[in-house]
Amino acid sequence: MTLLLALVIGCLYAAGIFLILRRNMVKVIFGLILLAHAANLLIFTVGRLTKGIPAFVPEGSGMLTGRFADPLPQALILTAIVIGFGVQAFTIVLFKRTWLTLGTEDLDMMKTTDEPPKE
Amino acid sequence: MKQILIIPILFPLLSAITMLFFRRSVATQRIISILSSFLLLAVAGGLLAAVISEGMLTLQVGGWRAPFGITLAADLLSAVMVAASALIGLTTVLYSLATIDRERERFFYYPLLQLLMMGINGAFLTGDVFNLYVWFEVMLISSFVLLVLGGTPVQLEGAIKYVTINLLSSSVFLAAAGILYGMAGTLNMADLARITPYLPQQNLLAVVSVLFMITFGVKAAVFPLFFWLPASYHTPPVAVSAIFAGLLTKVGVYALIRFFTTIFSHEAVFINEVLLAASALTMLSGVLGAAAQYDFRRLLSFHIISQIGYMIFGLALHSPLAIAGALFYIVHNIIAKTNLFYVSGIVERITGTYDLKKAGGVYAAHPVIGMLFLIPALALAGIPPLSGFWAKFVIIKAGFQAGEYAVTGIALLVGLLTLFSMMKIWNEAFWKDLPQPQVEGNRYETMGFGRRLLLFSPVVVLGLVTVLLGVFFEPVFRLAETAAAQLLDTQAYITPVLGRME
Amino acid sequence: MYSIILATASRYLLLLLQMFSLFLLFRGHNEPGGGFVGGLVAAAAYALYFIANGIAEAEKLLKVDPFYLIAAGLLLAVSSTMPSLAAGMNVMTGIWFDTGTALFGKVGTPLVFDTGVYFLVLGVTLKIIFSLAEGDLQ
Repeated sequence: MTLLLALVIGCLYAAGIFLILRRNMVKVIFGLILLAHAANLLIFTVGRLTKGIPAFVPEGSGMLTGRFADPLPQALILTAIVIGFGVQAFTIVLFKRTWLTLGTEDLDMMKTTDEPPKE
Repeated sequence: MKQILIIPILFPLLSAITMLFFRRSVATQRIISILSSFLLLAVAGGLLAAVISEGMLTLQVGGWRAPFGITLAADLLSAVMVAASALIGLTTVLYSLATIDRERERFFYYPLLQLLMMGINGAFLTGDVFNLYVWFEVMLISSFVLLVLGGTPVQLEGAIKYVTINLLSSSVFLAAAGILYGMAGTLNMADLARITPYLPQQNLLAVVSVLFMITFGVKAAVFPLFFWLPASYHTPPVAVSAIFAGLLTKVGVYALIRFFTTIFSHEAVFINEVLLAASALTMLSGVLGAAAQYDFRRLLSFHIISQIGYMIFGLALHSPLAIAGALFYIVHNIIAKTNLFYVSGIVERITGTYDLKKAGGVYAAHPVIGMLFLIPALALAGIPPLSGFWAKFVIIKAGFQAGEYAVTGIALLVGLLTLFSMMKIWNEAFWKDLPQPQVEGNRYETMGFGRRLLLFSPVVVLGLVTVLLGVFFEPVFRLAETAAAQLLDTQAYITPVLGRME
Repeated sequence: MYSIILATASRYLLLLLQMFSLFLLFRGHNEPGGGFVGGLVAAAAYALYFIANGIAEAEKLLKVDPFYLIAAGLLLAVSSTMPSLAAGMNVMTGIWFDTGTALFGKVGTPLVFDTGVYFLVLGVTLKIIFSLAEGDLQ
């Protein structure tokens, strides 16, 4: 299972990096989202996979006993997903506004802030 | 007493929320902003005083013991950074009152500024790696919105670059934090500092530390990860540029210092060589980039990068003197750099342009503004007795002590080139005559007395602080030395967090 | 496109989904659920109503601007961190009262926090949906 997830993470990173190198804004967004997913999955995998033993305290007992899945990576991922959701929603709106204002989706066209102002 | 640690975080949040309820009344928002910024500065001063007198303060949020809960920890470095950023926050609010247009004010400019302060303070005070990620995101999302607020084409274009590279660095941060947790089983900084030297996979740890270096390198604008900065910092209104220039990159530098002294201290040898090379290139590329610029704010933006190089140089040398120098440098730079951006805004108001070729004649018309520009400009270039001279002096002395003659030579050369840039601004904007008389109305002449007071008080206050930092160098530097000693003694960080459990 | 079946169904579904979202909110502390999921389900209920009846109807049904839901949610969540300060404990420490009845059980500051999150998520999601929808109509 770990090997499979490792392969999936690798593919996600490869796809994400490929996409953020494209000139089209929409593809860059997809790339950023894929990279965020890859990072979340990476946390999940390196935090050790434990199948089918959620970290619930059994009824009547005061503490966890025996083997259980580490809840912390899950909490980290949940937080990261929520933050990512907000940031990505903002980015999509920003890119849409940029496209409406500048009339282009080609990132190579957006270089006025890198050049000295024209006379 | 330790509960004071949460106040720099909760307070800006509360005032931002209160302002949301007054969304229709900009006047109320302004009053709340001023009050809360003054109070925040008072709290930050109190925190600094408490840390100086009582030593490091820690707070286990929610009463969960470290390393299981989230720890807030303020050593001297954190407390000084919080105090410096509170001062910048206050001056920026005052400056914004004079310069930000009505439209931006109505679209939540002031609440966003408070949220930005919350993120910055949180990043300085947290003692947990993942929590640091969260504060970085809080800071970033507020900065994203502040950057695009107004929605002019240049702003949007600058924001695209800024947002994309920062999202990328956030995802690297997340991956690095995840791998670190997988290896160490903890993300509490003190606990990590205790565990990392004994982990079996030291090679993987080196990889993780490089990942962190890349993330924070992007935020701090270290060579070769700085290209987003000069592409975006000159696009928003000048008050926003100023607070970004003063604080955001320094949060990155703070994180670099925190990680490569407290957490990865034993990795220092390998990382420091990389940082040393990066610092030399950062200094050079920043200052050479600035030499080619004729836009006031773009020129200053490139100087942010070259100044970051000095701080990283101090960190890379890794001796007590060098780190103390770097800390002093950060404080000096936060104040001088923000001040220069404020002055650029005043010059723009008088001449109607940021383009240095078209500007001119400010000194003849307003000699006082010329003086107010020279204080931070000469401080930045390192002219005695201003703060920048001592900051550069200490770092270069540490460089010679460490035998890094090449990089130290570059640091000296960059100081000279900085002076060249500052003199270029002086000649173009202040000394020479206005090339062509202004067509449209002068925005400075039409300003009322109250607005002018708000426009100049930040510049005067920060100029005064720059002079005082230079004159009272001895006691301030002793503080920096204590902070550096705390940073290099990891046990001094571990014991207060883990030892005093409740 | 107006569908009478969806419009009628959405009126009943709205109530049902809202009740479910409250159920999720209240069971959240010890079992799967909580303010975040609850808020999302509640927002989904309004989103469904908006799809069926149009944006004007949905905004009329909601009565308040989602913006104030965000502000109120934030205020509620932040204020839940304060009682522990007053009680002399570390900030954000949960404080519980046992009501002694089987219906309510223990009530505490984490519930206040979760309720704040509920309103915040509801407000944010609706704000996003409404502003995206308005943008498309223009």
